[in-house]
Amino acid sequence: MTDMASLMEDRAAAKVISDNLRKPVDWDSPKITRNIKKRYAAERRFKSYGLVAICLALLALCTLALSIGSKGYSAFYQTYVQLEVTFDPAVIDPERTGDPDVIGRANFDGLIKQALRDRFPDVTSRSDKRDLYGIVSGGASYDLRERVLENPSLIGQTRTIWLISGDDFDMLNKGYIDPTVDEGDRRLNDKEVAWYNELVADGAVEKQFHTRFFTSGDSREPELAGIWGAAVGSFYTLLVTLALSFPIGVLAAIYLEEFAPKNRFTQIVEVNINNLAAVPSIVFGLLGLEVYLNVMHLPRSAPVVGGLTLALMTLPTIIIASRAAIKAVPPSIRQAALGLGASPVQTVTHHVLPLAMPGILTGTIIGMAQALGETAPLLMIGMVAFIVDIPGGALDPATVLPVQIYLWADSPERAFVEKTSAAIMVLLAFLVLMNGLAVYLRKKFERKW
Amino acid sequence: MSLSFLLLAVAALCALSFYFGRQRAVALSGGRHSNLHSLPVHYGAYTAAWCGLPALFLLLIWYMFQGSVIEALIVSDLPQEVIGDSGRLSLALNSISQIAAGGGEHLTVSPEIVDAGRRLANLQTIANAALVVVMLSVALAGLVLSYRRIEADMRARNNVERISRAIMIVCSAIAILSTVGIVFSLMFETLHFFSKINPLDFLFGLEWSPQTAIRADQVASEGAFGMIPLFVGTLLITLIAMCVAVPVGLFSAIYMGEYAAPKFRAVAKPALEILAGVPTVVYGFFAALTVAPFLRDNGAILGLDVSSESALAAGLVMGIMIIPFVSSLSDDVMSQVPKSLRDGSYALGATKSETIRQVIFPAALPGIVGAVLLAVSRAIGETMIVVMAAGLAANMTVNPLQAVTTVTVQIVTLLVGDQEFDSAKTLSAFALGLVLFLVTLGLNVFALKVVQKYREKYD
Repeated sequence: MTDMASLMEDRAAAKVISDNLRKPVDWDSPKITRNIKKRYAAERRFKSYGLVAICLALLALCTLALSIGSKGYSAFYQTYVQLEVTFDPAVIDPERTGDPDVIGRANFDGLIKQALRDRFPDVTSRSDKRDLYGIVSGGASYDLRERVLENPSLIGQTRTIWLISGDDFDMLNKGYIDPTVDEGDRRLNDKEVAWYNELVADGAVEKQFHTRFFTSGDSREPELAGIWGAAVGSFYTLLVTLALSFPIGVLAAIYLEEFAPKNRFTQIVEVNINNLAAVPSIVFGLLGLEVYLNVMHLPRSAPVVGGLTLALMTLPTIIIASRAAIKAVPPSIRQAALGLGASPVQTVTHHVLPLAMPGILTGTIIGMAQALGETAPLLMIGMVAFIVDIPGGALDPATVLPVQIYLWADSPERAFVEKTSAAIMVLLAFLVLMNGLAVYLRKKFERKW
Repeated sequence: MSLSFLLLAVAALCALSFYFGRQRAVALSGGRHSNLHSLPVHYGAYTAAWCGLPALFLLLIWYMFQGSVIEALIVSDLPQEVIGDSGRLSLALNSISQIAAGGGEHLTVSPEIVDAGRRLANLQTIANAALVVVMLSVALAGLVLSYRRIEADMRARNNVERISRAIMIVCSAIAILSTVGIVFSLMFETLHFFSKINPLDFLFGLEWSPQTAIRADQVASEGAFGMIPLFVGTLLITLIAMCVAVPVGLFSAIYMGEYAAPKFRAVAKPALEILAGVPTVVYGFFAALTVAPFLRDNGAILGLDVSSESALAAGLVMGIMIIPFVSSLSDDVMSQVPKSLRDGSYALGATKSETIRQVIFPAALPGIVGAVLLAVSRAIGETMIVVMAAGLAANMTVNPLQAVTTVTVQIVTLLVGDQEFDSAKTLSAFALGLVLFLVTLGLNVFALKVVQKYREKYD
């Protein structure tokens, strides 16, 4: 019965439609004009949503870049303080031996403190003196020692020397500490600000390019901390990653693309590659911790372990890119080689692989760029340790650039914020370089068959 | 001799054997290559393979077992009461390895430990020397044996190709091996964990506070290992991220694909892809130092109490990170809708937006759902942003202005620093890792299935 009713309804509806169709449509009727206007407005609205979405994304990108850049550019400069240092022979080399060992052990810190006391003779109380010594970084004494070891004739003389300043003074000089706020709300007290002003008035404060940031390892003192140690660690880690994932990835890609029969094994491999590409990176860290450290007892915090872990992560990227590159080589090349009597392996090694190489390399560089930016799995295998020394090999404890960024971002000192941003800039510069190289390779060797 | 020198030595031996093999083949041919079954190169490659591969294989096996064998030897000599207590044992092993490495003068330890340290150093020296001797002799034996097998009619090419094919198969199998490795390593520690904590408490517990008492006499909480609060936090942040990434990603994909002029696309598309290439630690820094304070200050102006580790900040930034992922996947999906559907819609007089909304979008919906699911799985597994910008306390809340914690944050906090592989605290990280792995795997498999089915529909 209901079927019948609905059929009748349909019929009625159909009649209305056919009646309407018989009537000529008045396209200029106000109703249709209105309707079209409305539809075009909707069209414009929809289009603007898209534009807004893109603008939002680009805005986010710009904010990110700006916030990093504005925070970090100042880290490339470091405040130096000019002091008159007396290279007192009684302190450096009392017996006039001239022996570098004796000079190396001398109390250069004391010389700097003496110079500061001489500069501000009216500072007497113990706590004020401690504040006063904060003007110059604890690392300045090493610079002084280097200077004397290089040029022993300095002993006994008095020289005006630019010394690296402490991090709080650096912050004040760069304007990150506002001297006008209440004394209790800033890191430097009024006396310290007064000393600073006096030094500035004498022209004894200067910002110089901070080469140490690029040449030294990590440090607890922001003004002494550098990224070279982390950069070397990243280099060794990536080297291990590349040495493992590139040959393995390419060989696997060749097998899957050129030789593999369609069977269960191949299918399982394919499924696994796709899944590995989507496994969260931290899970690879857990794998590395369990297998490499707990089972195989490889050294903790070593680039070898980091490289092994990252190699597993980059493998899917390289395999997928290499397969695409190999697939893009036209079959006619293979047929020609086979027709001339080459064996299948010869066909691949002599013809397919060289032609696919640009694509494979592009994929590999992109995979390496990902590995360079990876942090989470390396936290699991102990690459977060505080390491001052520059690693000398893949078995030494090391950290990598992104982990260094993470460590500095966690540090409470204000001065580490600019170091972090500057380290991010360096890391991004490397990534841009690598990706640019990949794009260049693709453009240069791109071939349409 | 260090590892790199050993590898270099083996490589040199390989090069040498390649040369010898080739020379011998040339000598056997009597000047005419047609007397040989294969090219001289193949004979060289044959000897090189037999020289290098067994040695490398041996090295791999050796490194897999050296550590555990030496440790077992050392442990077996320690006094019984030390072996029985796992805490003391790991402490003792630590001091032993310090002493063996030449340090540990400041340690106050029993003479047995010092002896054990010396023994360990001894054993390591012996093991390294033995490795060098064994490896080099294996390489040499391979060289000599394969060299002597070379004859003019030996099928060297076929041999070499069989070997290279085997190597390729092994390389492809590594993808399987690593999945198996992940599953087993997570399983092993998770089972260990479940022997201490009831699995039901873990899966359905509503409280997470992994701090357990270190000493028996310490007054501390029992430690609660309920993962529900962690998942609530993870899902909250994921949801916020999706609220940013899905509309922005989808609309930018539509605009790029349908409206944008080629010039605009040439600039905007790579710019969007930059977002995907920025390391997550950079996003984390951005979230923690720029977005979170911004939200907190503006919230204060509006009279809202925004935590400085709010879920909102982490979620927003994670959303930004995922935008290019959503947009490129949905772009793929929508460009696969057949042209005939589009043409049909235009022929009926539909505008572009009407075509997109009522024809292309419904047709592409399954694929888009798949793309969004992939993005969700990525958001769930994302670590650095939440480690740096989200909180540590496991609050059961859906208020985006409060601090929540996530599964990945907890894994990192539990495993960074000192690890004791006999405490539930450390082991719980592996249980969380297993759950994370299974959830993301499930999402991925499902999403890939959906996308694939969708592709087949229009192929």
